[in-house]
Amino acid sequence: MSFKENQEYQTVGNAFSDDPMITCRNVDVFYADKQAIFDVSLDIAKNEVLAMIGPSGCGKSTFLRCLNRMNDTIDICRVSGEITLHNENIHSRETDVVYLRARVGMVFQKPNPFPKSVYENVAYGPRLHGLAETKSDLNEIVESSLRRAGLWKEVKDRLEQAGTGLSGGQQQRLCIARAIAIQPEVILMDEPCSALDPIATSVIEELIDELKQQYSICIVTHSMQQAARVSQRTAYFHLGKLIEIGLTDDIFTHPVHELTEGYITGRFG
Amino acid sequence: MNTLFSLFLFFIGLPVVLMVALHWFRRQRSMRNRIEFGFKCFLILCACIAIFTTIGIVLSVLFEAIRFFQIVPLTDFLFGLEWSPQTAIRADQVGSSGAFGAVPLFTGTFLITLIAMVIAVPLGLLSAIYLSEYASSKVRAIGKPVLEILAGIPTVVYGFFAALTVAPLIRNHASGFGFDVASESALAAGLVMGIMILPFISSLSDDVINAVPQALRDGSLGLGATHSETIKRVVLPAAFPGIVGSILLAISRAIGETMIVVMAAGLAANLTANPFHSVTTVTVQIVTLLVGDQEFDSPKTLAAFALGITLFVITLVLNVIALKVVKKYKEQYD
Amino acid sequence: MNVESTIKRTIAGRYRKERRFQQMGMISMVIGMMFLLWLLVTIVQDATSALRQTLVAVDISLDEDNFDQPINKASIKSASFGKMIKKSLRKDFPDVKKRKDKKQLYKIVSNGAEYAIRDSIIESPELIGTTHRFWVFADDEIDMLMKGLIDRNIEEGNRRVSDKTISWVDELVAEGRVETRFNWTFFTSGDSRDPELSGIWGAMKGSIFTILITMLLALPIGVAAAVYLQEFAPKNRFTDLIEVNINNLAAVPSIIFGLLGLAILINYFGLPRSVPMVGGMVLALMTLPTVIISSRTALAAVPPSIREAALGVGASRVQMILHHVLPLAAPGILTGSIISLARALGETAPLLVIGMVAFIVDIPTGPDSPSTVLPVQIYLWADSPERAFVERTSAAILVLLIVLVSINGLTAMLRNKVERRW
Ligand SMILES: Nc1ncnc2c1ncn2[C@@H]1O[C@H](COP(=O)(O)OP(=O)(O)OP(=O)(O)O)[C@@H](O)[C@H]1O
Ligand SMILES: [Mg+2]
Repeated sequence: MSFKENQEYQTVGNAFSDDPMITCRNVDVFYADKQAIFDVSLDIAKNEVLAMIGPSGCGKSTFLRCLNRMNDTIDICRVSGEITLHNENIHSRETDVVYLRARVGMVFQKPNPFPKSVYENVAYGPRLHGLAETKSDLNEIVESSLRRAGLWKEVKDRLEQAGTGLSGGQQQRLCIARAIAIQPEVILMDEPCSALDPIATSVIEELIDELKQQYSICIVTHSMQQAARVSQRTAYFHLGKLIEIGLTDDIFTHPVHELTEGYITGRFG
Repeated sequence: MNTLFSLFLFFIGLPVVLMVALHWFRRQRSMRNRIEFGFKCFLILCACIAIFTTIGIVLSVLFEAIRFFQIVPLTDFLFGLEWSPQTAIRADQVGSSGAFGAVPLFTGTFLITLIAMVIAVPLGLLSAIYLSEYASSKVRAIGKPVLEILAGIPTVVYGFFAALTVAPLIRNHASGFGFDVASESALAAGLVMGIMILPFISSLSDDVINAVPQALRDGSLGLGATHSETIKRVVLPAAFPGIVGSILLAISRAIGETMIVVMAAGLAANLTANPFHSVTTVTVQIVTLLVGDQEFDSPKTLAAFALGITLFVITLVLNVIALKVVKKYKEQYD
Repeated sequence: MNVESTIKRTIAGRYRKERRFQQMGMISMVIGMMFLLWLLVTIVQDATSALRQTLVAVDISLDEDNFDQPINKASIKSASFGKMIKKSLRKDFPDVKKRKDKKQLYKIVSNGAEYAIRDSIIESPELIGTTHRFWVFADDEIDMLMKGLIDRNIEEGNRRVSDKTISWVDELVAEGRVETRFNWTFFTSGDSRDPELSGIWGAMKGSIFTILITMLLALPIGVAAAVYLQEFAPKNRFTDLIEVNINNLAAVPSIIFGLLGLAILINYFGLPRSVPMVGGMVLALMTLPTVIISSRTALAAVPPSIREAALGVGASRVQMILHHVLPLAAPGILTGSIISLARALGETAPLLVIGMVAFIVDIPTGPDSPSTVLPVQIYLWADSPERAFVERTSAAILVLLIVLVSINGLTAMLRNKVERRW
């Protein structure tokens, strides 16, 4: 097939960083026999926001899920190549997935609050990891997480109500609050704003801006404006391949690869 | 009353239905339409059998039970502490002195059901969790059919095993510890019944657990929860209503289970909570009252129907609640 | 506080809990499996000894003066073979003098021996006038002794066979007059008070008749009801009522159906007790809900495109169902129904209530002749005190389980073979 024939390809642009948080080298991902990611290498630097764009089905979510080994939960999924966090291979035997996932948080494409109260949703992670020693510590963590996710005002009077009863946008912010409550080093966000209105979106974007002071963030988005607004670097994926990567400003103003250009100018995608 | 009602059903209800049907039949123009109409009528009739059966159960069992309650007051039956139907055959004793007090039967049924549930609920739930969450596909390919076989074994086989293998074993071992164990202990019957119910619970909870969306699991795992933390803190709470529904269905099944208790539990209507003692159950008494020659007027025979309607009502209520809960739960995640 | 170090500190304990939880799950499943294994092993162990039966050789002198003259079928039938057997035993053990001992001696051979000998003489009357060696069944207790199921070493008082009897049997064994052979009787005869003469064929035939009746009633009615509910029924109160009814009936304890049968079929309509016909009807009512439910699932699996195609070429609804939908759903309906029928085959409780527990020696000849069914036979034997019935009960269980497993296996094969993917 055409994939196999031009398996060898060259990513356009500089994929690497001098001070990387996460490095990926030659990552391939297979679902059973079907290859979803082809030989992707890139770095995610400290305190940067990396945006991943590309047409639907090009493997953005798949790639993102490799970074905290969420793909382990899919039986047929196989990942090869090397991914490191702080220079430690996350796929090696010694790596502790639980620890890894606590360090690399994830916000999913569809909001997935637990069928518990708002409070319990946010307190879930800190409780698991024993981050709060007293009840008031926990209250503090819950409040600050909700504040930073821009949700506190809306839910402070109904912390005991079910998280599933919130609106779609509130649910997504709840999931973000849940993720940042355990203070991860890296946050992976899979289209966090796809269900949000413009106001909620801007709250999240401000949050991302704020979070990058402490964390590295990798965000998948279908909105080129959003990518341009929040990210320092942008990676363009196409049919499982990393076609082009570079500073966001460069990518959006002078894309080098024709596929990137086509996508950005709206010829397909 | 029984006869009257059925006479009504047969001689008034049926002709009316037939006449209406015939009328509609005549109105169909072509032959093809008439055949189709007849076919449809046949289908409707068949579908109604389920209703007829329910009506039949209610009418027959209820009316015999009412005849019983004309002899023995309902309160004596429901609250009486002594059950000795055999002695009540003598005419001078009919209906007297609470010989038909069903409380010991209820407590006996409850005790055995409780033992069964104590065994079946944790084992069934844990094996369902293991099979659906942990087991490799190879283990699953063996484990599931094995549990299904356990579910397919006729209850008379369990009864035989309980009476001839399990009961003596318990008796020998427990007497070693100084317990006084009856040869037909509630424990033996309850234990084996628990094993019988186990696959029932595990397959129902398997469905329920699988209905919990993967997104919830991912959410928990993505926060760095271990697999078991995810199960205990997210999956099980989310599946809780469905699991409660399946447990209710299982309880209803345990209460109505007959052969294991007939063969392994005793006949003595003891009012006790000691699992090493012998107790009797509602179903055991129905069988013992009805096996052998019966006259349909003796309170002894009629008592079986009183027990029957009690059993029917209790299991029906449990089922209705359980089916509602499960249905609601399934809708939640559709 | 440092998040990383906190997490690292607690993580070992959390993994321990994880492992323990997983182990608990595995142990639970293994307990279920072990129980099944235990049950099967116990039953198979007990059952195997039922496959063999002990026979004793007796030399009967068939002198003509034992028979009424002239010798014909009738006089053979009326001859007392019991006496001849006793005489032969007395001759073999001349030392046995006391009445009580003699009685014990006679009990070495089965009660059925005289009839077995009579039947073979009727078949070959030329034996009359000779002394012939007949192999007849030993009594069940001798059988147990020979199979080692009665322990010779325990005290005589606690043992069902006396020391004397054991010495006689040993003598017979020494003379080569005791043998075990394959137990055909178990598969060919009906019930009996004597374990050595009892078999499962009567109950098997009863089961076959019963399940045939159940099938003939439940299958057409159930499928018709399912077709109506799935294909025609409008969504209204009435069909809702039917649905709720079916779902609840499926969970009603089986013994209630027995009560229904007793009150309506036997008491009200006056149908006979203990016959497969009534048993079949009761089981049909019991299985109907599950047949309906599984048939509906099969019908629902037929894709709408096929219905539309049929209607599109001008078929009526009924034609569409009969010609297109039902044939496609047939494998699913069949497998579902067969599994429900297999359940009915193992059902006992409702049949006890409608009197199928009678002691019946004759092999039933039709759905209207009194009989019992295999599970009830198991129940009856399990209740009998004789040690020899234990092995027979186990063997009967084994037969029942083998039948059920083969039915389920065949269904699984059928399902795999005709499984359609749309
Ligand atoms: N669980 C799975 N099993 C098999 N194939 C999968 C699975 N998940 C994704 N795929 C396949 O992998 C490819 C990449 O999917 P992925 O979800 O990563 O795309 P995406 O870029 O996130 O798309 P979208 O923008 O629509 O979310 C697709 O072709 C998809 O069909
Ligand atoms: Mg995606």
